[in-house]
Amino acid sequence: MTNNIATTPEELIRKEYTAGFVTDIETETFPPGLSEEVVREISRKKAEPEWLTEWRLDALRRWEKMEEPTWAHVKFPSIDYQAISYFAAPKGDKPKSLDEVDPELLRTYEKLGIPLHEQKILAGVEEEPSQPRVAVDAVFDSVSITTTFKETLKEHGVVFCSFSEAVQSHPDLVKKYLGSVVPKTDNFYAALNSAVFSDGSFVYVPKGVRCPMELSTYFRINAENTGQFERTLIIADEGSYVSYLEGCTAPMRDENQLHAAVVELIALDDAQIKYSTVQNWYPGDENGVGGIYNFVTKRGTCRGARSHISWTQVETGSAITWKYPSVILRGDDSIGEFYSVALTNNRQQADTGTKMTHIGRNTKSTIVSKGISAGHSSNAYRGLVRMNPGARNARNYTQCDSLLIGSECAAHTFPYIESRRQDAIVEHEATTTRVSDDQLFMCRQRGIEPEKAVSMIVNGFCRDVFRELPMEFAVEASKLLEVSLEGAVG
Amino acid sequence: MSLLEVSDLHVKVADREILNGVNLEVNPGEIHAIMGPNGSGKSTLTNTIAGQEGYIVENGDLRLNGTSLVELEPEERSYAGLFLAFQYPVEIPGVTNMEFLKTAVDSHRKQRGETALSSVEFIKDMRALVTKLDFNPEFLKRGVNESFSGGEKKRNEILQMLCLEPKVALLDETDSGLDIDALQVVAKGINEFRNSNNAVVLVTHYQRLLNHVVPDYVHVLLNGTIVKSGDASLALDLERKGYAWLEQDTSP
Repeated sequence: MTNNIATTPEELIRKEYTAGFVTDIETETFPPGLSEEVVREISRKKAEPEWLTEWRLDALRRWEKMEEPTWAHVKFPSIDYQAISYFAAPKGDKPKSLDEVDPELLRTYEKLGIPLHEQKILAGVEEEPSQPRVAVDAVFDSVSITTTFKETLKEHGVVFCSFSEAVQSHPDLVKKYLGSVVPKTDNFYAALNSAVFSDGSFVYVPKGVRCPMELSTYFRINAENTGQFERTLIIADEGSYVSYLEGCTAPMRDENQLHAAVVELIALDDAQIKYSTVQNWYPGDENGVGGIYNFVTKRGTCRGARSHISWTQVETGSAITWKYPSVILRGDDSIGEFYSVALTNNRQQADTGTKMTHIGRNTKSTIVSKGISAGHSSNAYRGLVRMNPGARNARNYTQCDSLLIGSECAAHTFPYIESRRQDAIVEHEATTTRVSDDQLFMCRQRGIEPEKAVSMIVNGFCRDVFRELPMEFAVEASKLLEVSLEGAVG
Repeated sequence: MSLLEVSDLHVKVADREILNGVNLEVNPGEIHAIMGPNGSGKSTLTNTIAGQEGYIVENGDLRLNGTSLVELEPEERSYAGLFLAFQYPVEIPGVTNMEFLKTAVDSHRKQRGETALSSVEFIKDMRALVTKLDFNPEFLKRGVNESFSGGEKKRNEILQMLCLEPKVALLDETDSGLDIDALQVVAKGINEFRNSNNAVVLVTHYQRLLNHVVPDYVHVLLNGTIVKSGDASLALDLERKGYAWLEQDTSP
């Protein structure tokens, strides 16, 4: 018993990162490198209209003049952007139905526990009517494999398809909203994504429609030396409601892989978007070798009055996380929320948080951030609350808690508040606690083994955030914390 | 065979010898009270028996049902049937009492090769137990000791004891800081728990709990050893005379 936390390490069985396998499948991969030709080729592969090719090229030219941000509290060797391949896809045409999907791919999703067969879920529904159905868009490297329940959703007027498909089927919506929340020059990684983005999901919920099921996208990186640059666009028209879930995993590799996604949400008058993420990219090994660099730009705009956007994220994976899901509160009486659990173990580094920009009157935002650091990891919350001059009666409540496990990890909090209004109410609460010896001893005295005790204490710490997750995700998130904490005790 | 046997126990904490040769024998069906002034080693004794880190057994042995506890982890001692009601129960924010109790009970069941109880079954059992003890059922939904009053925390320890049904329950100053009503509730819980197969060891400063839970034996711990043992009347003597007269008796 050498650590502050008492246990016998030899008794603890180290679980593997269960999603760390590689799918053996023939892949078409672009040679490494980034140039105008590569961008044109991606655009050509997807048979994109001219305007979109130009849009990408413009982003590329601007990106070439930009520099990587260095303000985040993370350290990593510089990335050689010419050593990355910008497109990888299973060989052959896109399957028209599930029957045409390579069985190897189907096995992959089966192993990951992602339902691609609609009837399977439907069968479950008959027995348990309370169980909600989930429609899935499965993105494998640079392309979408399949999207389930499309027909059911269509009956309600809901569009849920891969981004590439939306470019063909709903070009006007794409053209109108693409880059409207995250401009292509917003930041270095967003610009890179704008130039080379491959697949992602597209959602449109028409006026007054409450989406009848949860929508979800499952991102999988498989190919070696590639990056994943997906693009997601969700538009909730007036008075509509949608709940969207996102999950991600990658094989265990010694090289770092780049994931630079952009997600844009648009909520019009009285619309509500609930966006939940359970991020489980490969975090690297205990010495910090390998893992995903997760440099993601996620932003929503409450464009309409009384609109409501909430981000809920559970971040347990990635070697480095650089991510700030934000809300621009433009419409009067709109609401923005950010609920986050970020867990870092071993050598993982996370710099994550949110930005709430209050523009409209009576706008409200809530931030609840729970950072858990274990091992030698570093975990930072970075948040900005901005009250613009027109934001009469705006209010924000921020709660930012850190939990430390062991004595080698670090937690940092960087809250920024910019208020241009006298009447704005901004509250900030922050705490730092550790899993105490007394808590652990009490649990063990009651017969609860140390690992179970830590995971129970951590789950309790995250309760406020887990409450915001859809049921089946809450269970997954809770399990994920257990796996991620393996070896954190002792 | 006695249930709990402490023989010639020498314990060091932070390199200081706190217990020097404690002997104690507790048989099924018995209630023992251990009394003594502050700093005499009462909590050291209970913490050592429960296996708290930092309490080093230098010499002697601890046996529960004939099995030595000294080399066992705290959870293994729990499985063996040992329970410690803490003097200062800690909070576990966000984890409900129900969840905590179920996790503990299921861990014990697993050790015995039994399957976990269904939530429905467990909730039913717990509600019945809580009602019997005159606790508010809301108690089960709250975070473990989270913003509990001193009295509520102590009641919660009693609830955990009744759930886990240990063979030997050590109660470390469970009566301190309780008002009369809470004291009676705690006493009721202890009397509810005791039977001819288990045993209770009460560590206390005061006689008042002993009016409600009558001990078979009272031991006085002074400067790390038990200097006097007697029946319930010894507690009354101590209440009247204090500890000084015993101190003089033992000085070399």
